[in-house]
Amino acid sequence: MSVVVMYSPDEFGRVALSYGATEAARRSERLVVVNPTKGDAYVDTKFAHDDELAKLRATLERLDVETQILHDVVPDIAGAVLQAASTTGASLIVVGIRPRTPVGKLLLGSVAQRLILDAECPVLAVKPDGSEDLLR
Amino acid sequence: MDSLDLLLGGFQQALTLQNLFYAVLGVFLGTAVGVLPGIGPAMTLALLLPITYSVGPDSALIMFAGIYYGGMYGGSTTSILLNTPGESSSVVTAIEGNKMAKKGRAAQALATAAIGSFVAGTIGTLLLVLFAPSVAGQVVKLGNPSNFALILLALFAVTAVLGTSRLRGFIALFLGLAIGLVGGQTGQARLTFGNPLLADGIDIVVVAVAIFAIGEALWVAAHLRRRPLDIIPVGQPWMSRDDWGRSWKPWLRGTALGFPFGALPAGGAEIPTFLSYVAERKLAKHPEEFGKGAIEGVAGPEAANNASAAGTLVPLLAIGLPTTATAAIMLLAIQSYGIETGPQLFDTEPDLVWALLASLFIGNTLLLVLNLPLAPLWAKLLQIPRPYLYAGILFFASLGAYSVSFQPFDLAILLVIGLLGLAMRRFGLPVLPLIIGVILGPKLEEQLTTSLQISSGDISTLWSEPVAVIVYAFIALALVAIVASGLRKPKPATPVDDQEEVSA
Repeated sequence: MSVVVMYSPDEFGRVALSYGATEAARRSERLVVVNPTKGDAYVDTKFAHDDELAKLRATLERLDVETQILHDVVPDIAGAVLQAASTTGASLIVVGIRPRTPVGKLLLGSVAQRLILDAECPVLAVKPDGSEDLLR
Repeated sequence: MDSLDLLLGGFQQALTLQNLFYAVLGVFLGTAVGVLPGIGPAMTLALLLPITYSVGPDSALIMFAGIYYGGMYGGSTTSILLNTPGESSSVVTAIEGNKMAKKGRAAQALATAAIGSFVAGTIGTLLLVLFAPSVAGQVVKLGNPSNFALILLALFAVTAVLGTSRLRGFIALFLGLAIGLVGGQTGQARLTFGNPLLADGIDIVVVAVAIFAIGEALWVAAHLRRRPLDIIPVGQPWMSRDDWGRSWKPWLRGTALGFPFGALPAGGAEIPTFLSYVAERKLAKHPEEFGKGAIEGVAGPEAANNASAAGTLVPLLAIGLPTTATAAIMLLAIQSYGIETGPQLFDTEPDLVWALLASLFIGNTLLLVLNLPLAPLWAKLLQIPRPYLYAGILFFASLGAYSVSFQPFDLAILLVIGLLGLAMRRFGLPVLPLIIGVILGPKLEEQLTTSLQISSGDISTLWSEPVAVIVYAFIALALVAIVASGLRKPKPATPVDDQEEVSA
């Protein structure tokens, strides 16, 4: 069993990681951190680059639970998280919720919405709330 | 002559509200496409060629020149922040520029690139204004045999001097010449396969759009997903007193290298930017900094590529010979107005030419004003997913090709030549010789037939003019040099994979 965290190198990813680590410790389950990219733009700010990845890895090693990082180029972001959840037998998915502008809602899809609707396990949706930043 | 008066007249025309608007639009578009790897000024101009149906020649050319210069500016931003050149002319900038950015000096690198481009562009345009009319005055006296030789030289130089593989270059050239042969302009149907729709030949606009836009879009579609690159965040570009002191000499040296290379028929910015980099490394006070982010290594090549952009306009305006892909499309634009290009352009269309030259000064200034404060914004363009970009490109490409003659048949041609463009990228064939071949092939033939008509079939007329003889001697010398260097040390095969992101 595992807790899957949808991670991105920003406040939303960090708060998801924070709650995910707490939950994984409480349930004594594996912590799976997923940070996928579609790889269809030259720059993806939501995809951790090498420095950030090293920092993330160091942080995860300090935790008491077993951890795993999935850092891949995939055709579908939500699909990659759901895939990770089903292969690791997730008992919980944690995702940071980002506010969108009305225009953004018109133009962009929502990864969080797809996770919530399609996941087979409970989904914990969190917002930046000043909880402990593990990467600091 | 009173070039100054003519230039002032040009300013008067270029500074009208309408033309100023097109200049601003051009530099904005140019910088944007320069920033994006894979989309270059040549593709943008090809896509925008249909605009020539509804906009006056002065406005269209002013916008196109803005795009050309803007592309040179924009390419440096990507080189510095992303270590991926946005343009083939910015390959060298990436070497030192990205190292500077990694050391936290991205702002200074962007500043020296932008200001250096401005200095070089302005000096280059001044030289263009000084030289182009007198060159045109000389060339206009030449006869058909000399023009034939000059076109031959341009074809040869673009193919043999640029690029990694001459074999690939010549394959591309002959593909272009073959496409240029299609049609019945000579009174005899060639390569039409009995199809009446091919009898008028393949419109060059369709070829250009297919090769640059469709070929690139298919190529990107074939390599859609790849690991995103690390971008270095940047604030407002600025420079310290020390940076100014280290930059101004490389700017001037880069200009001095870039302009003549651009003006030669074997133009393009690749050679002068590389030479400028080598020169700066030799002359630097702190050679140990090279390879670790020396500001001279950004300042020199960036100046060189803008100066060479100005230089390429000399053969374009004074002889009617394009030496870069972008210049080739500008030539098409001029021709689509029914204006005869060549040395007589300065006499027949003085208003147009001088308005264009004046707009280059204006565009350069606009670019500096735009680029210094907006650098962080331009970097954001790189976050646009490629499917959105290329869907738009495919749409405009099809629209442009269809609007040439409103024949669905043209769309089929577009697709076929687009597939050729994809295959050329796959096998590392340069596209420049092809496009130059398509444009100059028919002209070459025209000069040849005219000279033979005048001499009533006597072939010795081809070497009856001194200029022609000198040009042939030059070509022969270059051939001998190529063969000799090939015999001395067989070059190891150079991989072409890294070029896939570089646009023509």
